[in-house]
Amino acid sequence: MTLVFYLAAAVAAAATFMVITRLDAVHALLYLIVSLLAVALIFFVLGAPFVAALEVIIYAGAIMVLFLFAIMMLNLGGEAITQERQWLKPRMWIGPGILSAILLALLVPVVFHGKSQLATGAPVEPKQVGIVLFGPYLVAVQLAAMLLLAGLVGASHLRRREYQLEMKEDRP
Amino acid sequence: MATVPLEHVLLLAAILFVMGFAGVLVRRNIIFMLISVEVMLNAAGVAFVAAGSRWGQAEGQIMFLLILTMAAAEVSVGLALILHLFWQHKTLDADTASEMRG
Repeated sequence: MTLVFYLAAAVAAAATFMVITRLDAVHALLYLIVSLLAVALIFFVLGAPFVAALEVIIYAGAIMVLFLFAIMMLNLGGEAITQERQWLKPRMWIGPGILSAILLALLVPVVFHGKSQLATGAPVEPKQVGIVLFGPYLVAVQLAAMLLLAGLVGASHLRRREYQLEMKEDRP
Repeated sequence: MATVPLEHVLLLAAILFVMGFAGVLVRRNIIFMLISVEVMLNAAGVAFVAAGSRWGQAEGQIMFLLILTMAAAEVSVGLALILHLFWQHKTLDADTASEMRG
């Protein structure tokens, strides 16, 4: 199981690297799905099967399909890739790369500070998660519902105004 | 179950987060910026689940659920804004959004 974790971690890191370097948005999205599936495997190894299932269903399933639909609606062709190649010159990576490396170098000692050899514990079953989620964290569930409603209303409002303008343009 | 040191999981979360951060900084295409933000959110979720798993508590998974909810709401509004921007300016360049008006 430990080997599975390290393999999945390597796959996740490599796929994420591919995500941020691709020129075609659809390719980046497919690599992101691979990365999310690897992270789901890591969750399963860590003893969180419920969250692993949610990662596959909601993240890799619903959210990524939403991205895919948006990219389809934008209808980007081959010129988008050539434009992306213009925008993404290799020397663009220097500054952000250095900043990110500094950030990682700061994070690593924080992670490894203190007593080491902490092993992950027993699996946390979905039943336990449900009991805590709908017990002390009921308010958080309601707040999440309100957040989702706000997202729904916001997205539909933005698209509605646009759609009406498009209709107005088409009419004459 | 497995005996993976917590530090290694947190290191993976840090690496994923930093890669998402670099993606946000380096990209000009607004879709790729949104994708990189997703990578960063997912890395935060990995850290939460690892910590919850280490101490055998369900709170880590609950925090991941809340992150998931937030990511879903953020993506729906963000993609609507991207479609709006693209429809108005016919480009996905994030710099064009600097000339916003009410």
